[in-house]
Amino acid sequence: MNWILLLEQIMNGLQLGVLLFLLAAGLTLIFGIMDLINLAHGSLYMLGAYLAATFTNWTESFFVGLLLTLPACMVLGMLLEIIAIRNIYTRSHLDQVLATFGLILFFNEFVRLLWGPIGLDIQLPEILNGSVELIFGIRYPAFRLAIIAAGIIVAILLYLLVSHTKLGMLIRAGASNRQMISALGVNINLLYTIVFGLGAALAGLAGLMAAPIMTVEIGMGEEILILTLVVIVIGGVGSIRGAFLAALLVGFIDTVGRSFLPDILGFFVTNDVADTAAPAISSMLTYVLMALILAIRPQGLFPPKGV
Amino acid sequence: MLGLAAVPLIADVIDEPFYTVMFSRMLILSIGAISLNLILGFGGMVSFGHAVYMGIGSYVVGIGTFHAIEDGISWMGNGLIHLTIAVVFSALTALFIGSISLRTRGVYFIMITLAFAQMFYFIAVGNDNYGGDDGLSLYTRSKFYNILDLSNDNSLYYLNFTLLIVFLYFSHRLINSRFGILIRGAKSNEKRMENIGFPVYRYRLVAFVIAGVICGIAGVLSANQTDFVSPAVMHWTRSGDLIIMVVLGGMGTLFGPVIGAVAFLFLEEFLSGITEFWQIIFGPMLVLIAIFGNGGIDGILVRLDKWWQIKK
Repeated sequence: MNWILLLEQIMNGLQLGVLLFLLAAGLTLIFGIMDLINLAHGSLYMLGAYLAATFTNWTESFFVGLLLTLPACMVLGMLLEIIAIRNIYTRSHLDQVLATFGLILFFNEFVRLLWGPIGLDIQLPEILNGSVELIFGIRYPAFRLAIIAAGIIVAILLYLLVSHTKLGMLIRAGASNRQMISALGVNINLLYTIVFGLGAALAGLAGLMAAPIMTVEIGMGEEILILTLVVIVIGGVGSIRGAFLAALLVGFIDTVGRSFLPDILGFFVTNDVADTAAPAISSMLTYVLMALILAIRPQGLFPPKGV
Repeated sequence: MLGLAAVPLIADVIDEPFYTVMFSRMLILSIGAISLNLILGFGGMVSFGHAVYMGIGSYVVGIGTFHAIEDGISWMGNGLIHLTIAVVFSALTALFIGSISLRTRGVYFIMITLAFAQMFYFIAVGNDNYGGDDGLSLYTRSKFYNILDLSNDNSLYYLNFTLLIVFLYFSHRLINSRFGILIRGAKSNEKRMENIGFPVYRYRLVAFVIAGVICGIAGVLSANQTDFVSPAVMHWTRSGDLIIMVVLGGMGTLFGPVIGAVAFLFLEEFLSGITEFWQIIFGPMLVLIAIFGNGGIDGILVRLDKWWQIKK
């Protein structure tokens, strides 16, 4: 086996993992605290990518684009919460699925109307465009490295926010007992709006970072949404720690499976069979993993405490 | 219902065969929605992967006719064999998906059925022998000896119509049987049902398999209708469409899914006549239905009826 390739694929897995974590963290918080299945989370990711591409083209600077995209996504998320989402917290999960499915249709058409059916390109700044030497002369694209770094920084910030600030305390309290904290005089509506906005900003950040390496197109949110749902189900719905570990796990398995499965299968069956079967099997791999984990632990690997 | 029976005749008279095709689609989707309603409406199991069985039924026909034409294996073009294989495969798939998913509850159930559907979707995408992502065109429809010629759209319509009536009657009988009462009871109070001594898991699994089989048959019809099979048939948004039909029409009612499927296709036809971007209207409509709709169209009809009674 080729060790340079292996290292590269591990890095790619890590990069997909942190991207999934950014989406999963918001989604799992929204579910844990508001008890809401938000299928439209992928749409916020898509909007993040489109906004980033547009802002970057306007200002001709990726970093200014980044600074504009995050608050824009946050405001968009909060508006969405106030206009539509607020009304469905108390409804059944089925109603929530229906409403947020409707939002997906709306946002997809909205983007098609505004930006047209053709995907967008995003220009990377000079310093992120090259590649960096890791160790032993192995080079790795600088932008992917930046994604990994940004993801890990956000994970640490999120940990500090949730476990060491007053807002974080309210979020944790909201997750374990909603009625109690509203009875204690906390403005629960405001808290919900803030958490939804935070989730939207994280989804937007993920979209922005995915924009230069994947294509910015309609429907990009839905593919990753399903993968994100797998992540939060594996990690235990409502748990940020679970989301982080599950995101890395899914990221690795997906990436490494895709690149090494043909070789691994080659040991057992003829190369011909391995080459045709491998793509189908590797894209199934994460779902098989989820099925196995849920069959053994229906509550996910790290269910949040006290729920 | 009588109106539906006359559709091909009227369409022939006014020389608009398009209507036969459109109503045929309604009938097929109605069958799919009826099957989902059995577990979603009556059993409270929110399966977000029901389009998988539609896909299985479709691919059985697609692959069958493909070999019948390419390799000249005539039995593989036989409609009865298509139906039998579709039933067997749908049942086995539903058994597999159900036996794992039904161990979970609530949101986990929704997501795991969704993920399983996605898994089958990727199998179809990765299957390059049968068109992969691009799908497979049918050069011939299922053959039913000399009794039924499906290449005629009208006979296909009446096959769909007959099967719809059969499955409506079947679901009517099923939900009022002991089995159906148990499934409904488990929806409103699972613990109680278990304490009375019924193995709820097994009953639910059987319901799940029955629903899968019926939807698989709808898939066989659907492939014949569109003359085309592709992974898009089991894309997760198709499962979403089926849920919309059931909720739109009225969950847990006999005719709800049929009303829902008809309304869904009419809305699609009507709104896309107004603007190319019709989903920009349809999306917010779904949000409003989720917020204000209670019992779907069927519920509105019932409330109107009550209001009428009181007024009289």
